[in-house]
Amino acid sequence: MSKVMVSEKPVAIKPLKLSQPLGAALAFLGVKGAIPLFHGSQGCTAFAKVMLVRHYREAIPLATTALSEVSTILGGEDNIKQSLKVLIEQSQAQLIGLCSTALSEARGEDVAGILRTCDLPVPVLYVSTPDFYGSLSDGYSRAVEAIVKTIPQEGALHTRQVTLLLGSDLTPGEVAEVKQLVRDFHLIPIAIPDLSTSLDGHLADGYQAVSTGGVTLEELRLAGQSAFVLAIGESMRQAGKIWQERFRVPCKLLPSITGLSESDRLIQCLMEWSGCKVPAQYQWQRRQLLDAMLDTHFYLGGKRIALALEPDLLTSTSQFLASMGAIIQVAVSPTRSPQLAKIPCEQVIIGDLHDLETHAQGADLLITNSRGASIAKALGIPLLRLGFPIFDRLGNGLRSYVGYRGTTQLLFDLGNLLIEAEMH
Amino acid sequence: MLQAKVNQLLTEPACKHNHHHGDKKNRSCSQQGKPGTAQGGCAFDGASITLVPIADCAHLVHGPIACAGNSWGGRGSLSSGPNLFQTGFTTDLSEQDIIMGGEKRLYQSIKYIAEHYQPAAIFVYCTCVPALTGEDVEAVCQSARQKLGLPVIPVMSPGFVGSKNLGNRLAGEALLDYVIGTGEPPALGKFVINLIGEYNIAGELWHVLPLFERLGIQVLAKMTGDARYREITYAHHAHLNLVICSKALLNVARKMQERYGIPFVECSFYGISDMNQCLRQIAQHFQDPELTARVEALIAEETQRLDRVLAPYRARLAGKKVVLYTGGVKSWSVISAAQDLGIKVVATSTKKSTAEDKARIKELLGADGIMIEGGGAKELLEVIRRTQADMLIAGGRNQYTALKARIPFLDINQERHKGYAGYAGMITLAQELTNALYSPIWGQISQPAPWEVQDE
Repeated sequence: MSKVMVSEKPVAIKPLKLSQPLGAALAFLGVKGAIPLFHGSQGCTAFAKVMLVRHYREAIPLATTALSEVSTILGGEDNIKQSLKVLIEQSQAQLIGLCSTALSEARGEDVAGILRTCDLPVPVLYVSTPDFYGSLSDGYSRAVEAIVKTIPQEGALHTRQVTLLLGSDLTPGEVAEVKQLVRDFHLIPIAIPDLSTSLDGHLADGYQAVSTGGVTLEELRLAGQSAFVLAIGESMRQAGKIWQERFRVPCKLLPSITGLSESDRLIQCLMEWSGCKVPAQYQWQRRQLLDAMLDTHFYLGGKRIALALEPDLLTSTSQFLASMGAIIQVAVSPTRSPQLAKIPCEQVIIGDLHDLETHAQGADLLITNSRGASIAKALGIPLLRLGFPIFDRLGNGLRSYVGYRGTTQLLFDLGNLLIEAEMH
Repeated sequence: MLQAKVNQLLTEPACKHNHHHGDKKNRSCSQQGKPGTAQGGCAFDGASITLVPIADCAHLVHGPIACAGNSWGGRGSLSSGPNLFQTGFTTDLSEQDIIMGGEKRLYQSIKYIAEHYQPAAIFVYCTCVPALTGEDVEAVCQSARQKLGLPVIPVMSPGFVGSKNLGNRLAGEALLDYVIGTGEPPALGKFVINLIGEYNIAGELWHVLPLFERLGIQVLAKMTGDARYREITYAHHAHLNLVICSKALLNVARKMQERYGIPFVECSFYGISDMNQCLRQIAQHFQDPELTARVEALIAEETQRLDRVLAPYRARLAGKKVVLYTGGVKSWSVISAAQDLGIKVVATSTKKSTAEDKARIKELLGADGIMIEGGGAKELLEVIRRTQADMLIAGGRNQYTALKARIPFLDINQERHKGYAGYAGMITLAQELTNALYSPIWGQISQPAPWEVQDE
């Protein structure tokens, strides 16, 4: 439908892309008792940590193997072993997500080989996440695939258990929404990963150096017995495929669960799997969404919208906006992805926020992360903050734009911005 | 060559840390993060902190996406004019670039920026990967400088050479090698100074500059808060260098003394007594009776005004106990500011301090003062519990460690949104401390939930 073009500048200006290890860390943080470990220089960890801390306003467990110039050249084996020892013995880590960086990959470190020589009392999952390839959602997906490949165990099928493979664009609040929905159909969800109890923003008792919430290792093992698998987001396709190959159960992939028909598909899937009728509250929420669509279509119809987001979120948000009558003026993605061609607009650009800025002239609304705020201000266009990172708004942990209720909320947030812009 | 520079910086003779080690490298400055922890930023981070505040320059990060993508736009330095420094530029090296060499992309990037943004200069930061693959970043910069006719300054700061502090120094070296001494100054006044190591976080420099103006002291170059490229080129014409609140850029001050005969003094803008002392140090240097009189008059006036404004805050803050947790020298200045408000600092971090530093901390804190040796959130919380401190003052990284333990917190690092420097900053500091300590939420969040209340 659209033509995908790569930005022609030799230099990235106002980068949109985030690093793969950062994404992988996010996925591992959805496992209780886990800690991500970056095999790189101490700065690789420090920068990612600051980003996560500022977005979620939470203490973020994240460790470094602290490669120095010498250990980079001679090999970081000792650094890896020492890090694992510290994390297992002192931090009581129950799972360690070891992520490579551009530095360790450029050096060509054989991390998998090193791990084979280690005696490890807890699972250590290695993911190859060089910064010079892909973006946040790619690293996140690699981490989910690493979990899916190793931890879930085969066993007698549990006919009411559903494994959820959740893409990086789902907020903790959205994960909670999906889990509740599954439960309301009398099914038992196991979310991989489960950010809804780790990065949602809750005040816990006591101090822990590892992830304080998320799916437990025990649940992850049991997940192999699920009768159903629901993958949400195109970036979870590979994880779903691995699951099907390992456990031979049906896997349903929903590219998006924002919007009326997308939410309908989710409900329909749960109806079929559970054999249950739709709970009354969701029937009612659908009516509320229909009403919200009526109320907001005046404001969204014909409006020109410019977006810059990670591929899954970019595609699903663009399609949703088009379904409300808005025009996608430009869509910018940090990396390539097959589904970008489905975005309903003339051009999709693989690029940065500078590309957004140059193509957003005359738009009615911008949708991107907080780093677009100065661009929105300069262009005098309202901004809906979406994606990662969001530094200048509260409640990033709990916000939900999925399902009937979340879609309604998204419509109101969009509509309110456009109403306010009209008044100026 | 980079290694030689690093060794030289780690034995910086003007740094008191080195006085007992002779020619050996200073242990604390060369400290690399320990594997299995998360101990803060790398040398590239430090170099960015030092140089990015130069507002009319483009700052180009030569490396894969993480270095710039995960950091651009996140710092609190402000500009009164151009905002080019806030635009993130990176070569965003791909796998292909790394295999084939990224020098061509680097040159094209520099050229693109020069043509589209007309920066006063371009700073090029060399990160780990191009350093590992042995790219000649300095040569590319030199060639670009000649072809494009604008200053293109290589900053050799790969993260893996060491800590943030070392990165500050490497950035200072770039200024010494390529910027300072290349320009001619405007008309010079009678008392001309440079500020070194002040980054205008949250605009706090603007609390201090008016004081110098009132005293007839000309601030020639600011390194680097709210700086323009040009002012640093002629910084060598100042009469005195002020090294603010940090030993990180002592190498710049010492080498300017060697090369241009400019003496330097170390001082701090935090706290009334330190600010007073800073102004007196300047007066003492110039030995001008009129300046001295003006300084004393200003101090008398400001102190009197502050005593009046701060009185209600002091009444509420007196006797409160705080734990300070910051890197090295910054804690000195903050101890002083806290004590000016009647706050008792019961513990401070000495992770990066030498024996001499510790003696001085002991003197400042008194016999009961606790020195926190190791790092880690767990130990920090334990100290707060043991000392029954009312509050933690630390960098943003520890913010949630404190808040999650239901302990009031004040941020003093480079991402904060409030300026605490100078006399005016002291009022802000008192307000922020009072608001944090006396927030009505503390009582509420420590109440048990209804279902947790035991029946009597």
